[in-house]
Amino acid sequence: MSDAIIRLENVSYRYPDGTAALTDCSLTINRNKRTAVLGANGAGKTTMFLHLNGILQPSSGRLFRDDIPFEYSRTGLRKLRSKVGMVFQNPDSQLFSASVQEDVSFGPMNLGLDTTTIRRRVAEALGAVAMAGLADKPVHNLSYGQKKRVCIAGVLAMEPEVIILDEPMAGLDAAMQEELTAVLERLHAGGITIVIATHDLDFAYGWADQALVMQSGGLLAHGTPEDILLRPEVGNALGTIPQIAEIIHSLSLLGIDLRGNGYLPRTRNELVAAIAAVTTREDTP
Amino acid sequence: MNAITTAVIDLKQLELFAQGDTQVHGRDARVKVLVTLFFILSVISYHRYEINGLLPFTLFPIIMVCRAELPIPYLARKMLLICPFILLIGAFNPLLDRSTLWQVGSIEISGGCISLLSLLLRSFLTIGAALILVATTGFTTICQALERLGMPEVFTVQLLFLHRYLFVLAEEAERASRARELRSCGSTGRGIGSFGSLTGHLLLRTWQRAERIHTTMLSRGFTGQFHGQRRERFSHADLTFLISWSVTFLLMRTMEPATLLGSFITGAFP
Repeated sequence: MSDAIIRLENVSYRYPDGTAALTDCSLTINRNKRTAVLGANGAGKTTMFLHLNGILQPSSGRLFRDDIPFEYSRTGLRKLRSKVGMVFQNPDSQLFSASVQEDVSFGPMNLGLDTTTIRRRVAEALGAVAMAGLADKPVHNLSYGQKKRVCIAGVLAMEPEVIILDEPMAGLDAAMQEELTAVLERLHAGGITIVIATHDLDFAYGWADQALVMQSGGLLAHGTPEDILLRPEVGNALGTIPQIAEIIHSLSLLGIDLRGNGYLPRTRNELVAAIAAVTTREDTP
Repeated sequence: MNAITTAVIDLKQLELFAQGDTQVHGRDARVKVLVTLFFILSVISYHRYEINGLLPFTLFPIIMVCRAELPIPYLARKMLLICPFILLIGAFNPLLDRSTLWQVGSIEISGGCISLLSLLLRSFLTIGAALILVATTGFTTICQALERLGMPEVFTVQLLFLHRYLFVLAEEAERASRARELRSCGSTGRGIGSFGSLTGHLLLRTWQRAERIHTTMLSRGFTGQFHGQRRERFSHADLTFLISWSVTFLLMRTMEPATLLGSFITGAFP
């Protein structure tokens, strides 16, 4: 089996009003990787995501899952959507049932599973996002962060291979972001491929294994975050570079060369540890 | 809290009651739909001046509420909400129909007053039965039951979407109303122009939000069919429930137990 779990090949899409949202877009999402999709507003991230789940069908080009072309029949779409789950940016758009349990069971019920399996999946999904204790709670009484977690549980209950999250950190405070990151880490450790669209470059730089940068409906760059996010054309497209990378660059101008000493910190904690290690080494006679 | 928010939460609360685990909740949804339908038909089949014949029918909602362990204050509040509408419908009855129908001592009660009272009673009974049905079954399951009873799928799906759209509409209306209030500086008269624009925006916003919700439903494997929480299997208990209530309603309708009881009491204690 190839590394590519989903592949887009020259995909173009034009909305009914004539807006070209994707233009000849080709990209690959690798299995069991944490992929960050970056790009300015209107770059085509959400449209691309809607293609991955079969909500939109390309005007031209093809998509593949496990090297097999997407099938847009009723059965094909049901299978695709059970394997590629999508969590939307606004949880209020996703949650429409009265209780947490009822909403999480919506996906499994659409898969035609029996009641026992649905109950098991719902319980496991809620457990995975640490919401098991709130199964019977009305959805409208949940906090924004809890709603986000219920949305993820709703997708997890379908036991997907890939979870796509559109701006999952938007609207969350720092503590909630940390909690959600921990949930995503657990899911990734369990073998799920995670794809996130984000404007938070620092998060993408520290979290992702693979980054895809989109611009004007196409792929501008792809690779590891430390490789591509420092490229000038990517910096121009995104309007900035990750703060950690900026600090490393500034330190190098001051004579503290972290990269030269073999350190490639991607998070704040790693940066502090690297600075400490390098400065201690330089101080040692 | 905004009145619209309260109304939405209240509506959702009704759906939450349907997740109970009593015997009534466990009955086949088709049976509950049929029993409720028979009940409503029996109640509305009385003529406009009927009061005595309707009284025994209060047993059904009382028994169902007790056995389903539904909160009486909640249901009572919902029923009181409809009072103004019924009063509006029957407000002219006492004025138009002044013929004396009952006489209590020296007080003459006109046919209009009796028909208004009968209308109120029938409305409480039928709407109460419908509320109990939703609170013990859930709207999705009711629609599934209707489909299994022969209603075309296209109608049941429309009903379900309409039901879900109500929540979307109410939530968006609440946001629009709050935004208007925040910038109206306490004044109430903002003119028909402002109201028209607000309504137009509300329609567009609910439309867009409904589309987003539909997209999220599609992404979770929705293919045009709603699936209820319970898998229905018709049991002997369901059959007993259906037959016993149907026969009871038929007896109540034909034999008029209130009159019989009255005759018995007056016969026993002449």
